[in-house]
Amino acid sequence: MANIPTTAAAIADAVRAKEMSATEVVEHHLGVIAQRDGDINAFNLVTADIARDAAKRVDAAIASGADVGVLAGVPIAIKDNMCTRGVPTTCSSNMLAGWKPPYDATVITTLNAAGAVMVGKTNLDEFAMGSSTENSAFGPTRNPLDTSRVPGGSSGGSAAAVAAGFAPVSLGSDTGGSIRQPAALCGVVGVKPTYGLVSRYGLVAFASSLDQIGPFATTVDDAALITEVIAGHDPKDSTSIPRPVPSLRAAAREGVQGMRIGRVTDLPEGAEPEVAARLDEAFAALEKAGARIVDVTLPSLSYALTAYYLIAPAEASSNLARYDGVRYGLRASAADTNAMYGATRAAGFGDEVKRRIMLGTYALSAGYYDAYYGKALKVRRLIADDFERAYAQADVVLMPTSPMVAFPFGDKVDDPMSMYLCDIYTIPTNLAGHPAMSVPFGTGAHGLPVGVQVLAPALGEVAMFRVGGALEAAGGAR
Amino acid sequence: MSELLPEGWELICGLEVHVELATKTKLFSGSPNRFGDEPNTNIDPVTLGLPGALPVLNEQAVELAMRIGLALNCTIQPCTFHRKNYFYPDMPKAYQISQYDQPLNIDGHLDLPGGVRIGVERAHLEEDTGKSTHIGGATGRIHGSEFSLIDFNRAGVPLVEIVSRPDIRTSEQARQYVSELRAILLAIGASDAKMEEGSMRCDANVSVHRVGEPFGTRCEIKNVNSIRALGRAIEYEARRQYDIIESGGTIRQETRHWDDAEGRTHTLRTKEDADDYRYFLEPDLVPLVPGDEWIARVRTNLPMLPAARRSRLATATGADVQGEAVSVIVERGQDDYVLSVGEAGGDVARALVYVQQAFAEEPPTPRVPSKDIAALTVMERDSKVTSTQAKTVLAEIVTNGGGDPAAIAAAKGFEAIDTSEVEGFVDQAIAADPDAWQKFCNGEQKAMGALVGMVMKASKGKADGKVVTAILNARRG
Repeated sequence: MANIPTTAAAIADAVRAKEMSATEVVEHHLGVIAQRDGDINAFNLVTADIARDAAKRVDAAIASGADVGVLAGVPIAIKDNMCTRGVPTTCSSNMLAGWKPPYDATVITTLNAAGAVMVGKTNLDEFAMGSSTENSAFGPTRNPLDTSRVPGGSSGGSAAAVAAGFAPVSLGSDTGGSIRQPAALCGVVGVKPTYGLVSRYGLVAFASSLDQIGPFATTVDDAALITEVIAGHDPKDSTSIPRPVPSLRAAAREGVQGMRIGRVTDLPEGAEPEVAARLDEAFAALEKAGARIVDVTLPSLSYALTAYYLIAPAEASSNLARYDGVRYGLRASAADTNAMYGATRAAGFGDEVKRRIMLGTYALSAGYYDAYYGKALKVRRLIADDFERAYAQADVVLMPTSPMVAFPFGDKVDDPMSMYLCDIYTIPTNLAGHPAMSVPFGTGAHGLPVGVQVLAPALGEVAMFRVGGALEAAGGAR
Repeated sequence: MSELLPEGWELICGLEVHVELATKTKLFSGSPNRFGDEPNTNIDPVTLGLPGALPVLNEQAVELAMRIGLALNCTIQPCTFHRKNYFYPDMPKAYQISQYDQPLNIDGHLDLPGGVRIGVERAHLEEDTGKSTHIGGATGRIHGSEFSLIDFNRAGVPLVEIVSRPDIRTSEQARQYVSELRAILLAIGASDAKMEEGSMRCDANVSVHRVGEPFGTRCEIKNVNSIRALGRAIEYEARRQYDIIESGGTIRQETRHWDDAEGRTHTLRTKEDADDYRYFLEPDLVPLVPGDEWIARVRTNLPMLPAARRSRLATATGADVQGEAVSVIVERGQDDYVLSVGEAGGDVARALVYVQQAFAEEPPTPRVPSKDIAALTVMERDSKVTSTQAKTVLAEIVTNGGGDPAAIAAAKGFEAIDTSEVEGFVDQAIAADPDAWQKFCNGEQKAMGALVGMVMKASKGKADGKVVTAILNARRG
């Protein structure tokens, strides 16, 4: 068997150039999965047959000279909260165990058309609620770099799948950091695009105004490639942005000469010293590459976490109300309809999901709306205003992705507040609807990877990828 | 109303009318909006609220809702959608997408045929639920049933909820409001507005108070399925509230169910049991901002409304603008046709009667050429045929989709007979039954029927009944 390249871009080039077949590529990755996923548990489901069929179709198309798309033969892992026609989509919840959607999410249709080969559905914190993938009903995913530690979450399975070489790229979803934080903890690149850049149609909703699909990859170039493919207007998603997608791969190679990089002088504290040190080194590296460092302030950032934990649960309490046992998924038996609702939801949801449903229901209740949800919306506005002022001075802003490196299992799962603090630097972006990416930049405690986060204004993906590319080129201290 | 509540008391009523819009597809998905199909065939991931499905607003629904707003003299404004959260098996997402504090249409009014103006607070867009059928159990309701069947064909059908101000003071005004609203909806093509099929549904908020004092506590009456039931339900409810107050009790704010068979309302749920709907802005949709150009285009394309059409028809025919003939013809949309009979040289007053009587099954633009009807009205006016004969000719014309009335009358042997000839038949009738004549002279109107009958028989139906009556009355003196 040919030597299989590690990046999606190189695989697609090789397959299109007939240097290797899509079948060879997928067999390689299925082999790696078979060998190691027993330890990692990145996948809820490995779709080997579907992957082989897809690879065969790509090979047949290439043989017939047909256009096979820019991801020809590229294996990709899909977070198990994106609908795949006829393939179980569980959100790692007992509520949806075995549920097979009758339709594909728009991103799945797009990836299929581009020639990508789905190898499986990856594990997550139940309904994407968590920062460690420990909240999965089907057991946690382990960090491939240290299996005694979490991969982060909620897209821990997708991050681990790329870090473990199960697929060169994967898709995750990011509501408060669920792509960027596990990317940082697993030492891979993770991108949350601008809200509305990638269609949410078929993404099982957690918090609709915050959710956004994005890629994991081992390189900034691959992350740009996948973002380019999945971005674009979708008439099935009313919040999708109707405008063409710029070339992000080119941006990633462009360099940062003359760019203004924002350093937040009033950043909430809490990052481990090594994480803070890597961030300083990142600024230095960008300055050396020709960028200018400017100080900015984001005074409302300290309220972001609180606002997020009202807005996201409020939306979740409504989004998850449909799991009532009437039409699909789990149904517990009970004497009457109301009792059936209660029994079904008690049995189907895990503790964290229940906690957020309770929180969100309370925040929206008559008499409490103004004090909680209403106030959180005001904070959201203030944060957006803060960013607007910052982006008048800077093209991008740099922050840590996660305050800490990958932590051991059990460290935080029984203390929701400490778990919620994992997302202190990632949440503001979601509240503002902006893009951000995490790029591996050296290591921290225990030699574990550290991610640096590049934040940009809405539709500022070009600036973001320029800086991401430069950080990757500079490399971080290990 | 005077007998319903004693002097000094007043009924206060506001109506919430839901109408299903006559769109091709649902409010947020491409499934057909069609009544009467096999259950659960007009469905899709959005309709069923499947995980990951997202709503996309139907432009035709917005346009029809704007038409309703403009027809009700509303202001159209930039608006948003909210989620109304509650659990019910036929509510697929466990929330209804509706409009809350920023509805599409606000501040309009509807003028009743008698001239009373009823304010329209708002007319907003929302989606319908599925339809539950509860099997087993005595009441046909979910409680106590053995099992329930749900048809999601109706789920996601576009609705406009039209909320009146509490300006209605009598059950008759309430009936007029709904029937005028229905006429408007039909005229503008927004809905087929069939209360019996549920494409038009009406809830009534009713309270009573002593004139000059603040409004009383209101109750909302649901399950009112016809205009007649609406009047009965309001009257029952007003009387019930009055009786409670008069006997020293207080009215509890609650939702009550109208039982048409029993003719009474009973408690459905009290305010304390009411759901907390936890309204919040629907994050899956963006604000709807209809541009001035769009609003202007909808306004321009609005047809003439029933009130204007009734007054046009009444003026042309000399009929009562609030009379049944005028309102029936306008409701059928046949007023243009009646007027066209006038343009064809006919007598529009007679045409109004003909069309009302013989064109009930005909479309708004009947097949019969208006010149044929015009010719017949002239024949009757000029006493070439009797009114009875005209009816027969008319029936044949309608059946055949047209025809020359003169030829039909001739073929049937219909011809004018002289008044002098009729006088002769009258003489014969009086001679044949002097007893009847005597009774008639003594003021027994019944006896006239016998005399007229004899004249008609003798003349083989060619005598004009009106002429016979006139002769008999003249003879009696």
